[in-house]
Amino acid sequence: MPNFELHSHKQIIKHREVVDDDWSVLKLVEDGTPDTVEVPAGKIIVPLKVWQAQREQLLGRAARKELGIWFASDELANTVKDDLDKFAVIAVDFPKFSDGRGYSIAYNLRKRLGYQGELRAIGDVLRDQLFQMYRCGFNAYATRQDRNIHDALKGLTVFSETYQASVDNELPLFRRHPRGALPEHSDLGAGI
Amino acid sequence: MYRYDQYDHLIVRERIAQYRDQVRRRLADELTEEEFLPLRLQNGLYMQRHAYMLRIAVPYGLLSTAQMRMFAHIARKYDRGYGHFTTRQNIQFNWIELEQTPDILTDLASVEMHAIQTSGNCIRNTTTDEYAGVAADEIIDPRPYAELIRQWSTFHPEFIALPRKFKIAINGAVEDRAAIAVHDIGLTAVRNDAGEVGFKFMVGGGLGRTPIIGSVINDFVPWQHLLTYTEAIMRVYNQFGRRDNKYKARIKILVKAVGAEEFARLVEAEFADLKDGPETLTREEVERVAQWFNPKPYLTLPSIDPRAEHAGDKAFANWLQRNVKPHKVPGYASVVLSLKKTGVPPGDATAEQMDFVADLADKYSFGELRVTHEQNLVLADVEQSKLFEVWQQAKARGLATPNIGLLTDMISCPGGDYCSLANAKSIPIAAAIAERFDNLDFQHDIGDIELNISGCINACGHHHVGHIGVLGVDKDGAEWYQVSIGGAQGNESAIGKIIGPSFSAPQMPEVVGRLLEVYVKNRVEGERFVDVAQRLGVAPFKEHVYATPIPAGAKVGEDEYA
Ligand code: HEM
Ligand code: SF4
Repeated sequence: MPNFELHSHKQIIKHREVVDDDWSVLKLVEDGTPDTVEVPAGKIIVPLKVWQAQREQLLGRAARKELGIWFASDELANTVKDDLDKFAVIAVDFPKFSDGRGYSIAYNLRKRLGYQGELRAIGDVLRDQLFQMYRCGFNAYATRQDRNIHDALKGLTVFSETYQASVDNELPLFRRHPRGALPEHSDLGAGI
Repeated sequence: MYRYDQYDHLIVRERIAQYRDQVRRRLADELTEEEFLPLRLQNGLYMQRHAYMLRIAVPYGLLSTAQMRMFAHIARKYDRGYGHFTTRQNIQFNWIELEQTPDILTDLASVEMHAIQTSGNCIRNTTTDEYAGVAADEIIDPRPYAELIRQWSTFHPEFIALPRKFKIAINGAVEDRAAIAVHDIGLTAVRNDAGEVGFKFMVGGGLGRTPIIGSVINDFVPWQHLLTYTEAIMRVYNQFGRRDNKYKARIKILVKAVGAEEFARLVEAEFADLKDGPETLTREEVERVAQWFNPKPYLTLPSIDPRAEHAGDKAFANWLQRNVKPHKVPGYASVVLSLKKTGVPPGDATAEQMDFVADLADKYSFGELRVTHEQNLVLADVEQSKLFEVWQQAKARGLATPNIGLLTDMISCPGGDYCSLANAKSIPIAAAIAERFDNLDFQHDIGDIELNISGCINACGHHHVGHIGVLGVDKDGAEWYQVSIGGAQGNESAIGKIIGPSFSAPQMPEVVGRLLEVYVKNRVEGERFVDVAQRLGVAPFKEHVYATPIPAGAKVGEDEYA
């Protein structure tokens, strides 16, 4: 019995397109420990803890661009700040859609640490989160498999303007556009 | 007041389209109820005891008359003819059909309103002083800053799924009228020695299960850094706030666990990266927003004493004394329209009353209204010479009860009549107390007192900071009420102390009566109830209240809540 499970998605959303995917996400099973798990061959996204425990053994595979890591939502972006350029993909897990820590992890990876590569949301990833995920720096989304991925794609185009700065927009609205003109159709004050 | 530009309109419109589609998907079962829940909550839609309840944002409590008329319209068309103004300066409608909510939002958008982030684990409506812009003790008008926070926090991508809800209050005056000490972030405007404006940041206040007064983590954050400093706090909270237990998930628990000093250090480390970044406010942006709050076209008027003209009219004099507040511009005053008429749930207004107050505001107060966190409405800019007229008209509609700040001006949450979380009813308790002490002479003699009632530990009725606080508790399936005294909001915020075992509903008016007896017996000139309660402590009150059994209904209960 291996002490891990592999999860793969046939298709994910990447750069606003549905694409085939050949990565697998490795999850430790209950009694699996990061230092004993044997990472199988192929393109594998391993838990951050496995990378930390087996860094030396995994360096070669990373160099061949066959290795990614994933952050659990309670892990902090800066724990691997010097290794970021080694991974072909970094994923962030959303154990539940209501757990918003992954947004800060993504923000910190992009803004604070300057990570440039693929940043993938995994776990409980639903259409209605994609827009904010995109804004925080994700560019790939392994959406929930029991949902239509083409429907989910629509989640990326909900808003055409946003108020605040984030990863997608360096500048807040007030620095991007002159503001303040009243729209012509506004009839506030005229009653309803 | 603030007016939407094309971007504000666009964002609200796109939100409605998004939400309309979410409702469609829910009805088509493409979304499970579990998935739909956070989506509808972020749009202020709760499932309550009888029906859906929709909470609409009134940003910092400021309303145009067109907006108020829209509430009347919603009350008539989609609800049962009334709405409920809340302690968070919003309005709630209690009888809403899910299918109709997108249309309600469309109606609201036509008057520049929405229900964005009125619930859910995100940054909620930022509240402020109902006298902002007209108070004589004001350091700055906090409303432009509240609007800047509103915009910055609207759909903030990173802070949309926080450990728990998040509430910011901002006060621009010497006296805190925004209850900042019991908010997740409480901001006070300050000036430094050089006369520059900044904000004192209090963090980690809150009521609910664990009531805590916030801690000051920075005495002076220059106004330019308002949003970036707030962002630093939010990022610390998002990463480190507890998520394993929803009762320990508020920022107050984090601040308490790590200590205010350490928390401040974490925030500073985060802020170091953000300081002077693009989200730093510019003078142009603050001025752009502030222009909407510019002084009204006030007339040059003499200050008059309206009392003099109507000497001998005691009812008018009472109203002037309680419901009319001083104004920084000579010849003007602010009027509080009481939503606390005996027999009406605190904060409730009918569609007819809403239309009527809109007419009043158009005629007498530059077409603007405010909602207070004590659940009343304010006409902020009334000419003193018009006060008598305003009083007569308001009186005819049941909105001139001269009880502002008095015993019957109670705060009460909706409680068991509407709220599915309630342990006990609140509205009938408020009504029973109001009925017993309906006598205005008695109330005026008792003077300033705040009685706050919550139907459960969530503390929506702010019972912890009531001079007298009443909390509904459940004991063996029956409804009981726990009483505390000595709580206070404002500059001297304090959490009240429980006086002893809880009471049955019919006992409550007598309990309040006995508390007042102790007060009357012990007060010295000018002392308010809360002053006496804090000076003497719980003991003499407890002694008197429990000295003899309280008649009416059940006997005083022994229970574990005491
Ligand atoms: C009827 C539907 C309502 C529901 C289901 C509801 C739910 C809750 C819950 C669950 C809490 C506790 C949150 C926590 O401590 O983490 C809470 C607290 C609170 N709610 Fe409500 N509430 C309702 C109505 C209201 C109303 C009418 C108001 C008045 C505006 C209000 C204002 C507040 C306030 C001020 C608190 C205390 C916040 C604090 O702990 O600092 N809620 N509510
Ligand atoms: S205090 Fe409790 S009963 Fe009252 S509104 Fe809040 S959740 Fe409901």
